[in-house]
Amino acid sequence: MNTSTSLDAPPRDRVTGTQFTRGLGILVLAGMVLLIVLGLFVSPADVNQGESVRIMYAHVPGAWLAYLAFVITGISSAAYLWKRTRSLTWDRIAGASAEVGVLFMGISLITGSLWGRITWGTYWTWDARLTTTAFLFVTYIGYLAVRGLGGTHQQRARRSAVLALLAVLEIPLVHFSVELWNTLHQEASVAGRGTDVEMDGLMLFTLFLGVIVFTLMYVWLVLHRQRSLALEDMLDDSGLDNALTARRAEASGVAR
Amino acid sequence: MSPIAHEPDTDVVIDLSDAVAVLGSFPALAGVTMVVRRGEIVLLRGPNGAGKTTLLRLCAGLIPLERGQGQVLGIDLKNDRELVRHRVGVIGHNNGLYADLTVTENVRFWGRTVGASAAEVDAALHRMGLDGRLADLPVSRLSAGQKRRTALAGLVARRAELWLLDEPHAGLDASGRDELDQVLKMAAASGATVMVASHELERAGQLATRQVEVVAGQVRELGAP
Amino acid sequence: MSNSLKGSSTVIATARLIAAKDLRVELRSRVLLNQVLPFALIVMVMFAFALDSDAVLERVAPGLVWLATLFSVLVMVSRSFAVETADGALDQLRSAGVPATGIFIGKMLALMVQLMVLVALLVGAAVVLYRASFSWAGGVLLVTTAIAATCGLAAVGTLYGGLAAGAKGRETLLPLLLLPVVAPVLIGATRATESAFGTNGIAISEGWPWLGLLAVFAVLFSVAGAVAFGPLLDD
Repeated sequence: MNTSTSLDAPPRDRVTGTQFTRGLGILVLAGMVLLIVLGLFVSPADVNQGESVRIMYAHVPGAWLAYLAFVITGISSAAYLWKRTRSLTWDRIAGASAEVGVLFMGISLITGSLWGRITWGTYWTWDARLTTTAFLFVTYIGYLAVRGLGGTHQQRARRSAVLALLAVLEIPLVHFSVELWNTLHQEASVAGRGTDVEMDGLMLFTLFLGVIVFTLMYVWLVLHRQRSLALEDMLDDSGLDNALTARRAEASGVAR
Repeated sequence: MSPIAHEPDTDVVIDLSDAVAVLGSFPALAGVTMVVRRGEIVLLRGPNGAGKTTLLRLCAGLIPLERGQGQVLGIDLKNDRELVRHRVGVIGHNNGLYADLTVTENVRFWGRTVGASAAEVDAALHRMGLDGRLADLPVSRLSAGQKRRTALAGLVARRAELWLLDEPHAGLDASGRDELDQVLKMAAASGATVMVASHELERAGQLATRQVEVVAGQVRELGAP
Repeated sequence: MSNSLKGSSTVIATARLIAAKDLRVELRSRVLLNQVLPFALIVMVMFAFALDSDAVLERVAPGLVWLATLFSVLVMVSRSFAVETADGALDQLRSAGVPATGIFIGKMLALMVQLMVLVALLVGAAVVLYRASFSWAGGVLLVTTAIAATCGLAAVGTLYGGLAAGAKGRETLLPLLLLPVVAPVLIGATRATESAFGTNGIAISEGWPWLGLLAVFAVLFSVAGAVAFGPLLDD
């Protein structure tokens, strides 16, 4: 049941690249160069934040990407569990997306705390968004650990899909409870103090470009990773074919 | 791999056709074709690692049918293996007992999973010779043979139609073995079907109505003992 | 007979059977009494060593009660599933076609009962060791908080315990999976208990929104567990 052949079928030469991903990769590379030039050299420093505003061009797209990745993981997991769309492709997309998401969540947590240190004078604040992000990070590390437990492809797919949907249930609850905690007990959050950014046109454009380039990079990474996961599964299956042949030969040898 | 013909014969309990089952990526069953009918006591022979245990677990609906076709008690293993489970009893290397509870409590527990009455539980205990001083001992203080008998009493109590037993004679004393044979014969006579994997060929040979050799994940009929 | 295994009456019967069995196992083995409760108490004593100030201890007593509860939940969930996997009983239950929802509810209820005993003891320990002020006026809030929180913890613990039960490396996997999920319980139960204790002069009325959070959590994860336990167990 291939829901989309362009995603599913590893190409005949058993590599993960296609004409589309090569084109996409070149586009991402060019966009990244443009983003670096604009973000680091061309765009102006901020009136309040100074040079540190440049961290935003990596941090904001990174955080956006991390959340996008987990939404995709959740949707793919639901698609796997729903009988009419059940396909291991969905499971691999969920896994690939979670891996990329964890990577970018790590990047955005690091860039965020560096920026916070420069701007607020602190690496961390118990702001609901920040805390939820940290929980999401740990939750998906657990998700990836469960994916690695072994068993058949179907066992892995079902187990991890259920876990991903439980995470979808968990994250809003964590966010809500931290927010309630903040509003009742910490009147003024450190966030919002002297951090107003007065974005001029070029800064906005750079940020916008960052989001687009990062999103394209996400698509590129997930396509490749998804296909390499498919190849790994195929390797397992071909291992089974070989082992079957060997075992049958063994049987005819012994039961003469 | 042709699809198996629809079997109008309701006496067929196990019907496998080129069945493949894997443990991890190891093909423990490499294409098994066999038919078992109601009331038979089938002995599975063969060396360790030949796939006897996997065959039992496959028939119990505990592991997926990777390739091929299979039906147990008329239920398709490929799509509905969960439905097989409550009509089948498996005793493997584990007895599935709670060590802290007494013999009676364990048997009653398993009986109650199908709503068995107190009389049924008592009858099960009696049939396995567990209604004497053993009845109120915690399972942790039983010998291996007594534990095995408790597990079988659990099968009786929960009215399993197909008994899949992995080395049931192991660890039983002489009288326990005779008792076990008797129970298995009685169960088969009253309509249950028994498949036994055993190394103890002489004893199990007397018990079985048919022998099947399992070698390297495949089966070979040996006929009646 | 096969029909008797379907339907909600069978699920309820299974749940009662499993819960009674788990509690009976505890009654016989006394693992909670002889091991978990002493462990939780020593954790409470260790907190006092670490924080080293009566004023601080009194202020953070509610949080420490629930933190010690969380640590104990990890141990109790492991124990609850060790009973099932030691001799393959969980396999046997699955091979007997016993409904997974019933197993989930039964194990959850048994865990909840044991957690209630634990929390009662830890609240007592907080009063004695940390001089937490216990007033009867806050009693209703405290009891309802304990019920809602233990219900949520038992649901999540049973759900993730079942997932980790068959896995290699389950001892390390369980805390990684479980602790992030129960963060709302820690926050909600701690704040509600602060209100019940009157810690820092917090009014009892401030505790009720937190109780609401705990109730939502308990309901959501009880339902999720009842639905998801079967797919998680079935391989």
